[in-house]
Amino acid sequence: MTGQVTYDDVKPGAELALASYPVTRLSLVRYCGASGDFNVIHWNERIARSVGLPNVIAHGMFTMAEAGRYVTDWAGPRGVIVEFGVRFSSPVVVPDDDVGASIEVSGVVEEKLDDNRVVLVLTARSGGEKVLTRAKAVVRLP
Amino acid sequence: MAINRDYVGRTFAGGEPYEVSRVKIAEFADAIGDPSPLYRDRAAAQAAGYPDVIAPPTFAIVISMASTARVVVDPGLGVNYAMVVHGEQCFEYSRPIRAGDVVTAQSTITEIRDAGRNAVLTAATEIRTVDGEHVCTAHNTLVDRGGAA
Repeated sequence: MTGQVTYDDVKPGAELALASYPVTRLSLVRYCGASGDFNVIHWNERIARSVGLPNVIAHGMFTMAEAGRYVTDWAGPRGVIVEFGVRFSSPVVVPDDDVGASIEVSGVVEEKLDDNRVVLVLTARSGGEKVLTRAKAVVRLP
Repeated sequence: MAINRDYVGRTFAGGEPYEVSRVKIAEFADAIGDPSPLYRDRAAAQAAGYPDVIAPPTFAIVISMASTARVVVDPGLGVNYAMVVHGEQCFEYSRPIRAGDVVTAQSTITEIRDAGRNAVLTAATEIRTVDGEHVCTAHNTLVDRGGAA
């Protein structure tokens, strides 16, 4: 968050640079503690598999948080998110190894609205799958 | 197990007010790997025009989930939490949540429907300060896998 993008700087159709965010089992343990969501499918492989999942999966909200980070990094310190929504289309599967998984986020400026608001459409992928669809943020810029 | 449709329209409130602390915001920011000083450094937050450190946008889930959790674990609703995955999430913000906020959350079940073998439950949670200022409304959709009626 070095620079500050302004409303006048933004052009509809502009593509934002891709960013990649790592997620490991440790990330999930920390996110369990910080968020208070201790659903076993996020930390217990035995139970995750027993309920039909391929492995432990990341919290959908962890993935959304990384997409949010992508947006706030772009919006700069004085840009604020006024609306942020996603659909979780596929789980982020996190293997028990030293690498984990990664979440790749990209975005496009869809349109400029009144009141200094800008609409971003986001794409998030992990392991070749789209993990978020209908991901959209409305940001108010200075 | 089928979800109890009688819960549509039911509102859950009455949790203790939640006091947003700088320590909790920093812990959350650490957990999502975001190094932004806005979440840790009061001077940096003030330089950007905020009264105190602000929280990452999805921090609102910490408050809204505590509220929707009271709904989901209600035995009368009939949800098996291990079978639940998150379907959709949306936040509408009046402003960023910040350290020092004391807020309450009220959740309403807005819809329960079947989607194939699954049951889909949608809840809306309003987060307001104890003075009544609207901060955020969270809409979340939970999928109970195999929970169709």
